Amino acid sequence: MLILECPCCGVKSEETEFHAGGEAHLKRFGPGSTDAEFEGYLFMRENKRGVHFERWRHVNGCGKWFLAARDTNTLEFFGFYPAQTHEPPQDIKDKISAKHPGWSWREFQ
Amino acid sequence: MSEAVSFLNGAEATHNGVTVRDAGPVGMVTLRGDLSAAKLKTAVKKITGQPVPGVRKSTVTGGKGACWMSPDELLIVVPHAEAAAAVAELESALAGGHFMAVNVSDARACLTLSGGVAAREVLAKIAPVDLSTAAFGAGDFRRTRMAQVAGAFWLDDAETFHVVCFRSVGHYVFGLLENGAKAGPVGVLA
Repeated sequence: MLILECPCCGVKSEETEFHAGGEAHLKRFGPGSTDAEFEGYLFMRENKRGVHFERWRHVNGCGKWFLAARDTNTLEFFGFYPAQTHEPPQDIKDKISAKHPGWSWREFQ
Repeated sequence: MSEAVSFLNGAEATHNGVTVRDAGPVGMVTLRGDLSAAKLKTAVKKITGQPVPGVRKSTVTGGKGACWMSPDELLIVVPHAEAAAAVAELESALAGGHFMAVNVSDARACLTLSGGVAAREVLAKIAPVDLSTAAFGAGDFRRTRMAQVAGAFWLDDAETFHVVCFRSVGHYVFGLLENGAKAGPVGVLA
């Protein structure tokens, strides 16, 4: 079972109080983009074993969306940060680097 | 106007020293806006007689107060007959700003759960919340999941839990709490 901590209200609880919202940091490609870019935006998702970034919603709590960094292998969370963030905060990246030296995920490393 | 009737019309059940009760009609107003704004703080103080509650806190005493629902939302609790007046008060006080005040009294159901540590255990059976006396005390408020539905509760000074859920699932939550009480104490929080 996953244990999450909502950065909006500070509640630390198990996953049934939350709802997963898919991959984080998607870059939107809309009108004017190439077919390949649009396909990538619409369908192509990371599916790695290891470091992963996801969107979550505190659905049975404060109702806010937030982002989380976790290890899909160990179910460990590295940190939680606001949804209004374009890339993972440095302290979370440092935490990941301590466990997984040389990790990378999309354009982040 | 027709007479307001609560979801189970005042039903009550006691098992193993834990009492579950339909709290009757309670006035509830959802207020969304900037909780740090001076205008909002003044309006909340005027209606409830209490300051804006802190994160995951409730200021409800004697049927009046406010609960912290999310970083931009409060649940204002007043006597049922005063809810409409509270909305009018908020609308005049916050006019011109970005806010929302809605009377949700009849959309929600309120229950009370009392019985000391045994009552804590009944609630702990259905919600993923640490309800030990050290972790959850008087004035604490929590929105969470209660078995299959969303709900919220706060604890008052008299060790009574006030549970809020949607009226449509009020009967279900009453049954959850009653069955939890019937099953008897577990002993983990004693």
